[in-house]
Amino acid sequence: MSRAALLVLADGRFPAGGHAHSGGVEAAVASRTVHDTATLHAFCQGRLHTAGLVAAALAATAAAGHDPLELDEAADARTPAPALREVARKLGRQMMRAARATWPAPELDHLARHRPRGAHQPVVLGVAARAAGLTSSDAAHAAAYDSVSGPATAAVRLLSLNPYDATAVLARLAGDTDRIADRAARTAARVAAEGTGALPAASAPLLDITAQEHAAWPVRLFAS
Amino acid sequence: MTTAPAPARRTPAGDTGSGVHATARVQAVSNGRATTLPLLHGDGPFHLRRLRPRGGRARVCVIGAMSAPLGGDRLAIDVTVGDRADLEITTAAATLALRGATTDHATYHTSLRVGDRAGLRWLPRPLISACGSNLRQTCAVDLAPTARLLLREEQILGRAAEPPGDLTTRLTVRRDGRPLLDQHTAIGTAAPGWDGPAVLAGHRVTGQLLIVDPRLEEAPVQPHLLGNDPAQGQGALVPLTGPAVLITALAPTTVHLHRLLDHARSLVPLGL
Repeated sequence: MSRAALLVLADGRFPAGGHAHSGGVEAAVASRTVHDTATLHAFCQGRLHTAGLVAAALAATAAAGHDPLELDEAADARTPAPALREVARKLGRQMMRAARATWPAPELDHLARHRPRGAHQPVVLGVAARAAGLTSSDAAHAAAYDSVSGPATAAVRLLSLNPYDATAVLARLAGDTDRIADRAARTAARVAAEGTGALPAASAPLLDITAQEHAAWPVRLFAS
Repeated sequence: MTTAPAPARRTPAGDTGSGVHATARVQAVSNGRATTLPLLHGDGPFHLRRLRPRGGRARVCVIGAMSAPLGGDRLAIDVTVGDRADLEITTAAATLALRGATTDHATYHTSLRVGDRAGLRWLPRPLISACGSNLRQTCAVDLAPTARLLLREEQILGRAAEPPGDLTTRLTVRRDGRPLLDQHTAIGTAAPGWDGPAVLAGHRVTGQLLIVDPRLEEAPVQPHLLGNDPAQGQGALVPLTGPAVLITALAPTTVHLHRLLDHARSLVPLGL
């Protein structure tokens, strides 16, 4: 296990296409529910405890070696909005391309072959973490952090927010992020015995609704 | 064949040992012409009343015979709809989750099983999460490949001008043994960010309609947005991965919610 490999995987500059997505914050900025540092914090906290928890658990379970195709099906059932399913698969496809080049492994090839249009991004992230020799907990941390770092970075561009303030939001959420990742990693251990029904399914109704709205915009800065 | 409510027992206030433990059971079967109800078992706060059938469809109303769920209660409803049977279940009044005599949480488990070519309309009135209450709900639905389902779920977060209690709701729908929809909503102190701009953004009434019907395989429904002013409520109708449509709406009041849900329902051209 390599700590540096985790830094490579979780780096915002890892070429997996995440920078083009706002994690729903562009729609929230447009509706003015996110307009400053405090509302960005509330947005990120809500996203972390819902979509972030689910993503972290999927990634942790995939990193533990659970069948990624079954996890991909569980991800579909936890993603009612078709716009978000499409985004998750598109990001999964890009993550797959980067991961296969970075940490070639038969498990990545297997998943790519069975999901040519892309598997859900957190599942690919988990398999990539495994290929990189990382643990379930590492994969959970990467996915949990990814669920808030994307929106925080996007908010800097959308609101001309001070980058120091946006980074401070992430730092203040570090404790929450650790707890979510730990919960996700513990779930991964349960899925082996109880099946994918044991995965969390925390939902954020507004993220689902506004993702559909956002996908219908003719002009937008971010893809989602 | 008759409604058989067990005598409603509630432990005296101050007894923190246990609340009400009750399981109501309904079983519907088809005799080829109509649906009959060989099992209609009320229990604790659940009083089950047979309503006049509509066409071949049997109808049952759940009447709350006592205040429930309160903290510590363990409630369950178990419904089985046999192959080709057709059942509708409603409730007579809203369900009010209250704090009760203990700070312990209450649980409310709903289990719905629907057989091949069978249909279930599960249409309870809203759940109200009162300040100080703590309720964990689960609804597990198991559908045969050709089963049909119309499921409604509405939540009112707090009575007038009060914050809601702690409430979690897990809805798990499996079709032919495979997961179709898995959703866990959490509000209150145990769910950081629940009222924020990613989750509910101050809306106090939420509602969902889930429609599962094999006919949606041939005639898929396109995503559709509901409402054009978030202050009046907002929502979306979305197709799931499978022959199913989920309608989700958030609103300031139940009147606004029903306006959104009724409009969305009219966009799915299926008689269920």
